[in-house]
Amino acid sequence: MYSPDNIFTTTIDKAVRWSRTQSMWPVTFGLACCAIEMMAAGSAKYDLARYGMEVFRASPRQADLMIVAGRVSQKMAPVLRQVYDQMAEPKWVIAMGACSSTGGMFNNYALVQGVDHIVPVDIYVPGCPPGPQSLMHGILTLHDKIMAGEINR
Amino acid sequence: MNEVQHIEVNEYHDYIKSLLEEGYEMMMDLTAVDWFRKKEPRFEVVINLLSLSKNLRKTIKVQVPDENLTIPSITDIYPGANFYEREVFDMFGIVFENHPELTRILMPDDWIGHPLRKDYGSGRIPVQFKNAPSVD
Amino acid sequence: MVKNKENSEDLDFWATNSEEGGWNISSTDEGSQKMNDEESEQQIKIQTGSDVVDDYFIEEETSEDERMIVNMGPQHPSTHGVLRLQVELEGEAVRRVKPIIGYLHTGMEKTGEELTYLQGPTNTTRMDYLSPFFNELVFSLTTEKLLDIEVPARAETIRILMTELNRVSSHLVALATGGMDIGALSMMIFGFRERELVLNFFEKTTGLRMNHNYIRPGGVAADLPDNWQKDVKEILKIIPEKLKDYDEMLLDNPIWQGRLQNVGIITPEECLAYGITGPSLRASGQGWDLRKMQPYSGIEKFDFDVPVLQESDVFARWRIKVLEILESLKIVEQAMDNMPKGPYKIQDKKVTPPPRKRLDESMEALIHHFKIYTEGFKVPEGDAYVAVESPRGELGCYIVSDGSSKPFRMHVRGPSFCNLQALPIVMADSPIADAVAAIASLDPVIGDVDR
Repeated sequence: MYSPDNIFTTTIDKAVRWSRTQSMWPVTFGLACCAIEMMAAGSAKYDLARYGMEVFRASPRQADLMIVAGRVSQKMAPVLRQVYDQMAEPKWVIAMGACSSTGGMFNNYALVQGVDHIVPVDIYVPGCPPGPQSLMHGILTLHDKIMAGEINR
Repeated sequence: MNEVQHIEVNEYHDYIKSLLEEGYEMMMDLTAVDWFRKKEPRFEVVINLLSLSKNLRKTIKVQVPDENLTIPSITDIYPGANFYEREVFDMFGIVFENHPELTRILMPDDWIGHPLRKDYGSGRIPVQFKNAPSVD
Repeated sequence: MVKNKENSEDLDFWATNSEEGGWNISSTDEGSQKMNDEESEQQIKIQTGSDVVDDYFIEEETSEDERMIVNMGPQHPSTHGVLRLQVELEGEAVRRVKPIIGYLHTGMEKTGEELTYLQGPTNTTRMDYLSPFFNELVFSLTTEKLLDIEVPARAETIRILMTELNRVSSHLVALATGGMDIGALSMMIFGFRERELVLNFFEKTTGLRMNHNYIRPGGVAADLPDNWQKDVKEILKIIPEKLKDYDEMLLDNPIWQGRLQNVGIITPEECLAYGITGPSLRASGQGWDLRKMQPYSGIEKFDFDVPVLQESDVFARWRIKVLEILESLKIVEQAMDNMPKGPYKIQDKKVTPPPRKRLDESMEALIHHFKIYTEGFKVPEGDAYVAVESPRGELGCYIVSDGSSKPFRMHVRGPSFCNLQALPIVMADSPIADAVAAIASLDPVIGDVDR
């Protein structure tokens, strides 16, 4: 109901940051084991919807956040970069799991040793695979980071 | 239960065909071993067949001659060998004759080298730790 | 992007009018865009005797111009990871399909040559990440076959207990993601909810929800936790009830039946020709189950049935997973009731390190412990192939040992790798909407395909 008596003051910065954190839609970028945990995080018990981000978008155009869940092979790397480039600004990246953060236990010819060789990463979530709680902690840390950061990145 | 049979390259295709007629309906596995500097000839292709009707397994080992890394394809006998032969080609560089589409399967198309060969390094990148003296 | 001006007239409308200018269709940055040779595919079809055409589809020859190649993936072909499909479409109809894999190639077989036998399960468990226990089991069984040792009865029964619970959790994910692909979104929520129950027990026992590294050569890593029967009893009580819910929701549901029945048929002959195993084979009328035919780890002592269905369509492959969960729960119950007492690791000093509390008392034990974890134990020369029945089919492991403490060659026969070859025949001459249902019913795990 419209009521002319209610006023609320804020800075535009704060309003923008707040709105960014409250509906951050991830792109589905499930690669390996971590993708299953990412799906588990979105399902009944852990319920990612509490943070306004249960809508995993298949199209990168509609997404703000890329959760790189799993190991990135040399063959997948160009695809990953392309999906990242297709996302609209502002965009963030979470490297979920040991493999996408550093290459993990597979230090060999086939894997990219850390997804930060290809795309800029905001949050690294450790674990092999990280549990849904870890992923949520990573996401909430990203929220804190956005709330504390600049709006024009 | 698991019989091992060594066979020559030139008899290989006919032998596999006769095994299909004997009742080995399924090809379970096809892989290769690189006996680099351990055995001559260097490459050995290992095929694992399964007979559902007789509940038997059979392992066939074929030595691939060094001078000519070619072996007949068995995709015309077991169509399921298609991916396995492509994998062996990709990983070891063994060419399968008369294969419908012998291209790389796991590595990108423009990859150089065959990773599972023993003389192909594992590609390990040394890890740099914070404040650690350099290893080199 | 390769510019090719000479052939630019041959290029289609999109290629010539895009911002990039013309590019050679045969080599874009998405790799080769060539389908297989049509003749060779036809030849294979004749050999396998497969000319099954879905009855609702009208075969009509049209000119080449009306065909179009569409790439599905690798980012998101349904929920099964980084599988890429090149689909040749003619209107709504799929004419030919070419699966392209390798987007998750991790080089595990190469890494496996650098790890000792004790470290090996760490590597193999990450291959098929929905059924990690089976990967550990098959690696351990192969190593034990090479070492020629037998693990104690308790270890064997723990292995059976864990693997069968793993089959339950794996099939639950298959049902969940399969449901989601077809549009039954509640199935997704339900499947993952029940899976959490099983995973909680895994976490309690092994310390990890996935990728456990629990089954190792010589036994298992740790004993079962106190009061483990309570958790297993809860699983045994809750999951059958929930399966009834699934049946109520989907089995008699006319939409679900109409969507899945007579879709994606694989004939038994095709199964044999392509080496398709597991639930897909059993849904095509072949009662082949390695647990019955070539038993491993003492599973012959348990009383269970192998469900077999004759329909060989997507519906049957969905149904058989529900039935297999019930059979697995039977085995779990028997394992729980008849859990033997005794050690959970082999008492062979060559393979098993001394217990932690011995290290404080004995210098020799300390040295021995250190040696086993750094150098590993030596395995006699030879090679071995062992197969187990994983939730997706025959999971085999082939190890060649040269007498050192690391495998000379480690190869894993992933069931999904083989089952994926069936996609062209399952999807051919059916509407594109059924393609996703067909992928979901084969339940490929890309980690298992690419390794």
